[in-house]
Amino acid sequence: MTLALVLGAVLAVLAVLLVARPFLREPAPADDRLAEPGELDRRRLELVEERDRALAALKELEFDHRTGKVSDDDYRALVGPLRRAAAEALRALEPRAQARVPEPTTRIGG
Amino acid sequence: MAELGRAALLVTFGLVVYALVAGSLAAWRRRRRLALSAQNALLAAFGSTLVAAVVLLVALARRDFTFQYVAQHTSRSLPLGYALSAFWGGQEGSLLLWLLVLSGYSALAVWLNRRARDLVAWVVPVLALVAGFFAFMLCFVSSPFVVAPAPGDGAGMVPSLQNPYMLAHPPMLYLGYVGLTIPFAFGMGALLSRQTDERWIVATRRWTLAAWTFLGVGQLLGAHWAYVEIGWGGYYAWDPVENAALMPWLAATAFLHSVMIQEKRGMLKVWNMVLVSLAFLLSIFGTFLTRSGVVNSIHAFSESPLGGWFLGFIALMTVLTVALIYIRLPLLKARTKLESLVSREATFLYNNLLLVALCLTILWGVMYPLLTQALRGETRSVSKPYYDFFLHTFGLPLLLLMGIGPLVAWRRASLRALGKTFLVPLLAAVVTGVALIGAGLGGSTPGLLTYTFSAFVAASIVLEFWRGTNARRAIAGESYPRAFTSLVARNRRRYGGYVVHAAVLLLAIGIAGSSAYQTVREPVHGLRPGQSMEIAGYTLTYRGLATRQEENAQATRATVDVSRGGSHVTTLHPGKNWYPVEQQTSNEVSIYHDPRNLGDVFTIADQIDPKSQTLFLKVLVKPLVNLIWVAGFVFVLGSVIAMWPDAVEQRRLAERYAPAAVSAGL
Repeated sequence: MTLALVLGAVLAVLAVLLVARPFLREPAPADDRLAEPGELDRRRLELVEERDRALAALKELEFDHRTGKVSDDDYRALVGPLRRAAAEALRALEPRAQARVPEPTTRIGG
Repeated sequence: MAELGRAALLVTFGLVVYALVAGSLAAWRRRRRLALSAQNALLAAFGSTLVAAVVLLVALARRDFTFQYVAQHTSRSLPLGYALSAFWGGQEGSLLLWLLVLSGYSALAVWLNRRARDLVAWVVPVLALVAGFFAFMLCFVSSPFVVAPAPGDGAGMVPSLQNPYMLAHPPMLYLGYVGLTIPFAFGMGALLSRQTDERWIVATRRWTLAAWTFLGVGQLLGAHWAYVEIGWGGYYAWDPVENAALMPWLAATAFLHSVMIQEKRGMLKVWNMVLVSLAFLLSIFGTFLTRSGVVNSIHAFSESPLGGWFLGFIALMTVLTVALIYIRLPLLKARTKLESLVSREATFLYNNLLLVALCLTILWGVMYPLLTQALRGETRSVSKPYYDFFLHTFGLPLLLLMGIGPLVAWRRASLRALGKTFLVPLLAAVVTGVALIGAGLGGSTPGLLTYTFSAFVAASIVLEFWRGTNARRAIAGESYPRAFTSLVARNRRRYGGYVVHAAVLLLAIGIAGSSAYQTVREPVHGLRPGQSMEIAGYTLTYRGLATRQEENAQATRATVDVSRGGSHVTTLHPGKNWYPVEQQTSNEVSIYHDPRNLGDVFTIADQIDPKSQTLFLKVLVKPLVNLIWVAGFVFVLGSVIAMWPDAVEQRRLAERYAPAAVSAGL
């Protein structure tokens, strides 16, 4: 019984030490703020996701066209808007454009 | 050492409460060190829960009957493997397993995503809330560390649980159930932190797939256990406990599909939050069903110390989840819309509606008897015809959609393109249907439809691989094997998914074959040694009985020779086991796996009269049933392909999220 309680107490002390570790390592940090992405970061991420989505869609469209899943007419109708969407996202991600914090207006696939 | 187990659980409880309170405060007030401290509390909670689990395992291995739990679920004669499996054989141990898996998963998920600190800051309190509930139950409601004066021997284990499948089936289910908490926590974390981009989906993609795979494999193991152990000749009985695992699996299946639409088109953000929450809540509901006693009767539920707490927790989580999704609706607006009702995303949507409809009808089938008993005091049951009707109504179109979906392009598909891609699968379906009718197998409409649709799906899967390989050859000028390999390697989720579809196909064929086309012979008269019976082309000749003593049971076995067309094919030994400690008898079935039709000759010794050597033998011939178990292996293969890390994809995602992490102070 005593051994069990001692082991239990050791476990509790170890847990407390682990929990207190961030405070023990940095007793007086210069900045304790948990930073979060700002509006610019959020916009950038949104644009990156749109860019990736458009590029992946283009790749998939090419592949589906090759395998015969997409007809020539459908391919011609779909590829233009997708290219434009990818180009718009890429342009908006350029450093100078980012500095202006653009409102994303891209609508993939129209 | 029960004190150590109790102390460890109290430490866990303290840690998760701290993680909940400090984590919430840190995320709300944006305190970096406090957030890290809360994360560490979750990591430490896994350590202390592991200590508690080891204490219980040691007690089980040593048959320490001072632990009430050990005395209630094991005996001295119980083999060590089964004694250890008693860890999840009872209520308290099961709850400890839940907490152990949850704290382990939480620690791993938080550690793996430690760089996404702004998102994880809110994930920690959500995980801590769920862990806190289970730690509370174990500390104050249903502890496995209650001690009492040791009896001379334990009560033993229910004979049907003394089966190798019980060593793997419950842990697999729990790995699945609990695993669904991780995508739920990240989804809620994304809502709480207002980070509703795709990061939470990317972070939990593999977690969802792994949990879903464990849950699927766990169910198949359970079905096989029921098949070889319970002794009624079936593998799934729409039992509430079985349905408890099926419902979250169906919801997670819908989520795995719909999440792809969000990734590819930026649509269905609200729906995905609803699905991930539904899968999580159903996994808690499943644990409630199996652990509260409510399945046996409403009275057992009211006497159970767990039922009320579980219901309260489910209600709390439901209210919190619905409120949070509602509050964050403006952040979940889709930026694109469905362009055509004939497109890949539309077929995914139909698949989602059917999966959720099937899930909810099963939920209603489980709830209805409980509600009528609770509200009106009437005993009602929802049986096989109800479930079969909805399985056919929703399951058959789902099977067909599995073949249609891959053939349809994203965004929109013209009739001309569809006609071209559908031609071969349609021909395969028509030829199969006509051949089945011609062979006189058109008597069962669900069976006929299943096989016809299966032919369509099989052809569409083969075509996808064939056309994809040819396209790769044309692009890169590779050989067929090389083109095939790089096709799969470059898009593991898609082609892994097709392999999983092939597994579902095998499952459907196996279920239809073994149910719609099975033959059953009930034992009207007893057989005496030397007498025979005929069934579906097989002759079974009873030779006699033998009794032997096993480690923990007395086994009586009949000897039955099986022949076909005058040739001996095998000898079967159905019988019964008598467990003296548990004072129970179990049916021990004997099965011949026929490689000709991938089916089984399944024998059950319904009754045995040792004095007169009379055997009442029930026999079932189940064509294609073994495809169900083969499906399990194919399912795992497909899941592993889909989950296998892709270095190129990982680099791309790291590049996508790295700047956000940097500016978030990481």
